[in-house]
Amino acid sequence: MVQAINLALREEMQRDKDVLILGEDVGRDGGVFRVTEGLLEQFGQERVVDTPLAESVIVGAAIGMASYGLRPVAEIQFLGFIYPAMDQISNHSSRLRSRSRGRYSCPLVIRAPYGAGIKAPEHHSESCEALFCHMPGIKVVMPSSPYYAKGLLISSIRDPDPVVFLESTRLYRLIKEEVPEGEYTVPLEKARLVQEGKDVTVISWGFMLHRVLQAVEGFDAEVIDLMTLNPLDEETIYGSVKKTGRVVIVNEAPRTGSFGSELSASIAEDVMLFLKSPVMRVSAYDTVLPLPRLEDHYMPSVEKIRKAIADVMKY
Amino acid sequence: MTANMKMFSSSLLRHLLIIAEDFYSFSGEKRKQLTDEYLHDMLLLMPEKIIESFSVKRLDILDEQGEVDTSLMPSLTDDQIKRMYEVMLLARTFDQRALSLQREGRIGTYASILGQEASQIGSALALEKTDWVFPSFRENGVYITLGHPPHMILQYWSGDERGLRTTEDKNIFPVCIPVASHLPHAVGAAMAAKYRKDRTAVAAYFGDGGTSKGDFHEALNFAGVFRLPVVFICQNNQWAISVPREKQTSSKTIAQKAIAYGFQGIQVDGNDIFAVYRATKEALDRAKGGEGPTLIECFTYRVSDHTTADDASRYRKKEEVEAWKAKDPLLRLRLYMEKKGLWTAEYQKEVELRARAEVDEAEKKAESIAPPDPRDMFTYTYAALTQRLLREIKDF
Repeated sequence: MVQAINLALREEMQRDKDVLILGEDVGRDGGVFRVTEGLLEQFGQERVVDTPLAESVIVGAAIGMASYGLRPVAEIQFLGFIYPAMDQISNHSSRLRSRSRGRYSCPLVIRAPYGAGIKAPEHHSESCEALFCHMPGIKVVMPSSPYYAKGLLISSIRDPDPVVFLESTRLYRLIKEEVPEGEYTVPLEKARLVQEGKDVTVISWGFMLHRVLQAVEGFDAEVIDLMTLNPLDEETIYGSVKKTGRVVIVNEAPRTGSFGSELSASIAEDVMLFLKSPVMRVSAYDTVLPLPRLEDHYMPSVEKIRKAIADVMKY
Repeated sequence: MTANMKMFSSSLLRHLLIIAEDFYSFSGEKRKQLTDEYLHDMLLLMPEKIIESFSVKRLDILDEQGEVDTSLMPSLTDDQIKRMYEVMLLARTFDQRALSLQREGRIGTYASILGQEASQIGSALALEKTDWVFPSFRENGVYITLGHPPHMILQYWSGDERGLRTTEDKNIFPVCIPVASHLPHAVGAAMAAKYRKDRTAVAAYFGDGGTSKGDFHEALNFAGVFRLPVVFICQNNQWAISVPREKQTSSKTIAQKAIAYGFQGIQVDGNDIFAVYRATKEALDRAKGGEGPTLIECFTYRVSDHTTADDASRYRKKEEVEAWKAKDPLLRLRLYMEKKGLWTAEYQKEVELRARAEVDEAEKKAESIAPPDPRDMFTYTYAALTQRLLREIKDF
């Protein structure tokens, strides 16, 4: 997935010279995960900007650039370090179009690696996507594979609104997949039906999709990869739920206030009469994310997901 | 090996030996003498040096009696000087009206600029149309100077976002309420201007309270590192709601904070429109000439309350406010103009009448605007309506 994202950035920068990258270590070092490797050499330091170590001004400057007419892609080194920039994301990038009544807009992408499972130090493994879904005006995209990462990132860069693009660290080097060179896009606000099934709908996004695909073996399950969390593709989700009548939602964030909770509530409100069983969430615990020695216990496992599916199948 | 290095190593060796073998056999005076001797030798070899030193400039041109320092006076035509006075008077007239409208319940909370007219109008008059401006929430004088329709300012403060929609021919950002959080936007716009090689500078306005925020430091640091064409205009009005300037920072001036970020800072008399104009013009020219950012500290005073929701008499003395009233920016410009034959009682009357008529017009216009369409809430959240927003509109 690292190469797919790199390719998306490279091709978009070739296509449009308003696209530029800024962040910590994105230039000379090519990013701590090497996502931006080679881009400095190709595009120069005016377009691949190694910034001072300051998250708020990375996002804030990207807002200024975007309103000026550029298409900045800001990288936050790890999602756990994004908090100093929350003021910029929530109070400014998400609101600029609305509060200027369309005079200014904020077409920027904030990329950040998220998630546990790579034995990283403290604060490097968070999965706080729900926070951004609670900010009207922001789009939240979480790809689950190299092919979709490239197509979604290109769409995000071209999107007229601010996009928080979260990349699973676990997926960076996990899967190999053919990624076509050249332009293709995957639309935002569109979930993906990964496999069809009759008995249960299992919804996830990002890395969790891969655990879901293992967990559904033996069940007649319909699997949905959300890809874009906000705006939500209600149509695809509700269509599937109406068909299966059972839902399991899998996310690696803490349960309380997770995006899975929002999905669960929406399904209960809108398609309750089609349900045969309670909507189940499989999530991480409502604890502080543990250091690597305990992270396997924290993240939803294939077994936990299987158990949830088996539970809803009892109804 | 140089002579110095030899001396150093022999001296160091000698003292290490003393420390290791003999030091503890001495006591009291002798031990102290040895320590001093050691330190003395070391100091001779590695003396502390001053590697950087700084000074902070302050610019004053027009004093309270209306006298100017002609050697510093910027080149301004009589008409330009009259315009300075007229815009300040218009801004003050607008400000007073906004305060009365608030008291009558016709607009919401409002932040007065009383006393800060020279800082705002003087700096804004130095801007060119292509420059980008990032105001905080107390820059009504800046907006008025740049030609943002005054009725829209009233419209915003009466709770209507449409008042923030600056016209397409101006690059003014909407006001920024979270203190200093717009400074990163200013440096981003400056970076974009530099990237596009536009001959554009960016002006960012904020107050003394804002200099305590992380965003102030992050933005100034960023601007310094990339030598961006941005001018940071701090209106040090001495009070951040109830907290006095000396409680924001123990720096003697705000101007000197620029030094740490590797660029120029200057303090100007913020009630002296010539000084503010000159400093801003020079900073903008330097920015456009590729010479990087500047921090200007306009030393001024917030004569009014923080906003209409505040009562400044709770935390500051009347005498302090009265003393600052004597430094009024309009009064001193008037005295200067009078001496130059540019001001007469008749002229004053005429300017006041014009200002009042313009503010009357703004008030009338603001109050005649129908409330916004509730659908606007949805329309401007994203570029296009989402599935959810479409449903929310339908159920509205």
